[in-house]
Amino acid sequence: MSTETNNVKPALLQSMYQTMLRIRLIEERVADLVEAGEILTPCHLTIGQEAIAAGVCANLKPTDSIWGGHRSHGHYLAKGGDIKKMLAELFGKAGGCSKGRGGSMHLVAPEVGLFGTVPLVAATIPLAVGAAMASKLRNEVAVSVSFFGDGATEEGHFHESLNLAALYRLPVIFVCENNFYASHMHISERRAKDNIFKAGATHGIPAEQIDGNDVLLVYDTARRAIEHARSGGGPTLLECRTYRWRGHVGPAWDLDVGLKRNDDLKGWMKRDPIEMARTELIKLGVSSEQLGGIDPEVREEVDAALAFARASQYPLPEELLKNLFVGEGEAQ
Amino acid sequence: MRTLSYAQAIHEAHAQLLDRDPRVFVIGQGLWNPWYAGTTLKDLDKAFGCDRILDSPVSENATTGAAIGAAIAGMRPILFHPRMDFMLLAIDPIVNQAANWSYLFSAQVSVPLVIRSVINRGGEQGAQHSQALHAMLAHIPGLKVVMPSTAYDAKGLLIAAMEDNNPVIYIDDRWLYETTSDVPEDCYAIPIGKGIVRREGRDITIASISYMAEEAMKAGLSLEKQGIDVEVIDLRSAKPLDIDIILKSVKKTGRLVVADGGWKMFGFAAEVAASVSERAFHDLKGPILRVCLPDIPAPTSRALEERYYPRASDIEKTVKKSLNIVSVA
Repeated sequence: MSTETNNVKPALLQSMYQTMLRIRLIEERVADLVEAGEILTPCHLTIGQEAIAAGVCANLKPTDSIWGGHRSHGHYLAKGGDIKKMLAELFGKAGGCSKGRGGSMHLVAPEVGLFGTVPLVAATIPLAVGAAMASKLRNEVAVSVSFFGDGATEEGHFHESLNLAALYRLPVIFVCENNFYASHMHISERRAKDNIFKAGATHGIPAEQIDGNDVLLVYDTARRAIEHARSGGGPTLLECRTYRWRGHVGPAWDLDVGLKRNDDLKGWMKRDPIEMARTELIKLGVSSEQLGGIDPEVREEVDAALAFARASQYPLPEELLKNLFVGEGEAQ
Repeated sequence: MRTLSYAQAIHEAHAQLLDRDPRVFVIGQGLWNPWYAGTTLKDLDKAFGCDRILDSPVSENATTGAAIGAAIAGMRPILFHPRMDFMLLAIDPIVNQAANWSYLFSAQVSVPLVIRSVINRGGEQGAQHSQALHAMLAHIPGLKVVMPSTAYDAKGLLIAAMEDNNPVIYIDDRWLYETTSDVPEDCYAIPIGKGIVRREGRDITIASISYMAEEAMKAGLSLEKQGIDVEVIDLRSAKPLDIDIILKSVKKTGRLVVADGGWKMFGFAAEVAASVSERAFHDLKGPILRVCLPDIPAPTSRALEERYYPRASDIEKTVKKSLNIVSVA
């Protein structure tokens, strides 16, 4: 870990550790609930990739916006979205953050600056650019952060958005979570070069390729990018290299990618971002008793969220035609 | 009352909207150059600055996505696609994003966005500069689609589109740019989803939209001289569709011709015909007939274009067919 260069305070690392742990524990619970058939909506788990959401969002204010994709439970939680509403959404309940219209792939928490996550690959990248454009036109210091996977960098959305953001010097941070897989396809099967961060140079955008499992490094790199954006310097592209422990969708470990991936996975699991942070905290003098207290606290939170989700009602059938438009009644 | 051209009316609506609300900005291709927008955006960059009149890179997808993101973040953008055909490069942000977000998130997020797109038919421009894709867009839940046919409507519908808190597709037609009508100086809105009876008549109803409303009026005038009393409805909005105004008219006339500048197959006229026959079958004295484009892309040669685009004379012939009047030609 990179504490030597950071002088990071233990309290901050502890807070990011707790964020990662919340994401991990709720996703493990979600995996069980999917297996049990209690959650039906397709869930793309971010287990193993928690450090990126936690490290980036630790720098953000509620007025900053984030935008995500199909694998965004972590982004939602790291930005401060209500855990109860997220779980209720996964259950298809009216108490969910999208009131039962979104499921796992369409999350929203506008009260904390998460305007939306959607599964159409790369779709929210230009939307994040637009939020940054709004910030600039209003002379605000708010930044927007676009989270996307390595597969999204193969879409035109990504390249057009980089150019637009660079041209107008917009306060947007492009955060690529490179977990090496787009669904079942390894990056070597999809790209002639494993060099996502180099797209930055093409557009005149500062870019870095970093270890996405090192939460302190993510935090520190994102902090510099965000400060650069807030001070009018324009966008940054971060390629955070990480690994998806589970399959593309659902709880299975190797459903869609086979045994070769298992060897890689074993190596990456030794670099568990949560374990790495825990080791670092102990090195910084945080006692294992203190850390041990975090686990039950988070588990209690997850249990309460689950109870809330189960108790919440399904949307009423008469809700079906409502809200096609904002501020209007039923659809024609 | 002043008379303005359709193009001048669009220009004035933009200027007034930009003037009254700092959240309004315009983004798209060809904003600083009359080649794309005619006079409809002339010198707005000089009046309001290049920060608010953004002539964008050749990136339909990202500019559309950015306009959506800016709208979600509280701005009121007007996105400009000078050629409707090129707007297809932005179909993901329009169809999957702008149209979806209100429903998807139960109205917690809104996309107050005007997407202005121009139909450039004629001029030997051919298949990829001439398309009228309003039916395709109107098919999508969550989009409103307006298509002014007069200068008065061109201004009032643009202002209405801006005042709406939802994505509205505003489609203007280059063939109408030089047409004129009385246009008030104030900033007025025309209700979206409401048609208008342009001409009252007893014998037959023509339901029309955009430039075909203009053609229908010409046909009505010509038919009047031949003793046929035509009622012309200009629907103004493709969606929401003002079906009530047609039903009321058909109850009186018993006959309906639908005139639309898009393709016939699976098109706007097909939707109108189906909606009317579902609700007013017993008011009809004969089949509903359609005047539309044939099911082929736009050709270039003027000789073929002449045949391709329906005009007042085609509406006239179809009216006579509906009335079982054999043309002596």
